[in-house]
Amino acid sequence: MIPGISIYEILTVTSILFFIGVYGFITRKNLISILMSVELILNASVINFVIINKYLYPDMLQGVLFSLFIIAVAAAETALAVSIIINLYRQISSVEVKDIETMKH
Amino acid sequence: MERVIFYILALIMIVFAIASVTSRKMLRSVIYLLFVLCGIAGVYFLIDYNFLAAIQLTVYAGGIIVLIIFSVLLVHHIEMELEIAKPSKQIITTIACLLGLGVFLTTIYAHEFNVVENSLTTTTAEIGTKLLSYDAGGFILPFEVISVLLLAAMVGAIIIAKGRKLEERSQKSEDSSI
Repeated sequence: MIPGISIYEILTVTSILFFIGVYGFITRKNLISILMSVELILNASVINFVIINKYLYPDMLQGVLFSLFIIAVAAAETALAVSIIINLYRQISSVEVKDIETMKH
Repeated sequence: MERVIFYILALIMIVFAIASVTSRKMLRSVIYLLFVLCGIAGVYFLIDYNFLAAIQLTVYAGGIIVLIIFSVLLVHHIEMELEIAKPSKQIITTIACLLGLGVFLTTIYAHEFNVVENSLTTTTAEIGTKLLSYDAGGFILPFEVISVLLLAAMVGAIIIAKGRKLEERSQKSEDSSI
C-alpha cells in the first residue's frame, strides 16, 4: 500500500475517472472517441480491483489476476471494434454515429 | 514522498482524462489518453505491482494506443475538428455524472473498510504459479479460455477488416487467370 494514502482517496480518484469516461461516452459523436471513453471506464474499474486487493486482502492475488483478464478482454474488444470501424468507413465513408444506419435492422 | 507522487499522478490522470474527452482534435485526444494510461501504470508501480504496471505499459500504452492512432489516421483528416454535442446536452450529462459521482462517493465514504497495514511485495513468479495452478482457487481454466478468446478475436478482426473489396479483387484476378 502507499504510505500516507488511505483507500478512500484512491477510490475517489478512480470514481472521478469512471465518470469522466461516462461523460465522454454520452457526449461524443464519433465511434473512435466512444471507444476511447470505454477504455477510460475499463481502466478505472481495473484500478479499483487492484487497489481493493492490495489494501484489504494483501496476501491474495485474485484482484491482480482478474485485472489481467480484464486487460486481455479489453485488448480483444478494441481490436474487433477498430476492425468494424474500418470496415464501416470503407462502406459509408464516415465514422459519425448519426450516419450509421446500415446495421439497424 | 509517495504522498506527493500520488497526488501528482492523480492530478495528471484527471486533467488529461478531461482533456481527452473534451478535446476537439482527434489525434490530440488519443495522446491525452496515452498520458492517462501512463499515470495509471505509475499508480501500479506505487503499490508494488510491478508486473501489472509492465502489462499496462505494454498492452495499453504500447498496443491499444497504437491501434487507435492507426485507425484515426486511416479514417480522418488530421486537421478535421470533431463536432461536439449541444450545450444543453453537455450540461445535462455533466449534472447526471456529478449526481452519480455523489452517490458513489457517499457510498464509499459511508463504508468502513478493514484496511490491513502491509508492505508485501508480489513477485511475478507468484502470479505465474497462481495463474497456472490446478488447485482450488487456481486460474488455469480462465487462462485457457482467454487464449481461445484472443485467437477468436484475431481471426474475427482479420475477417471483418478484410471486407468485400478484397474478395472482389481476388475473384477478378481468378477470372482473368481463367
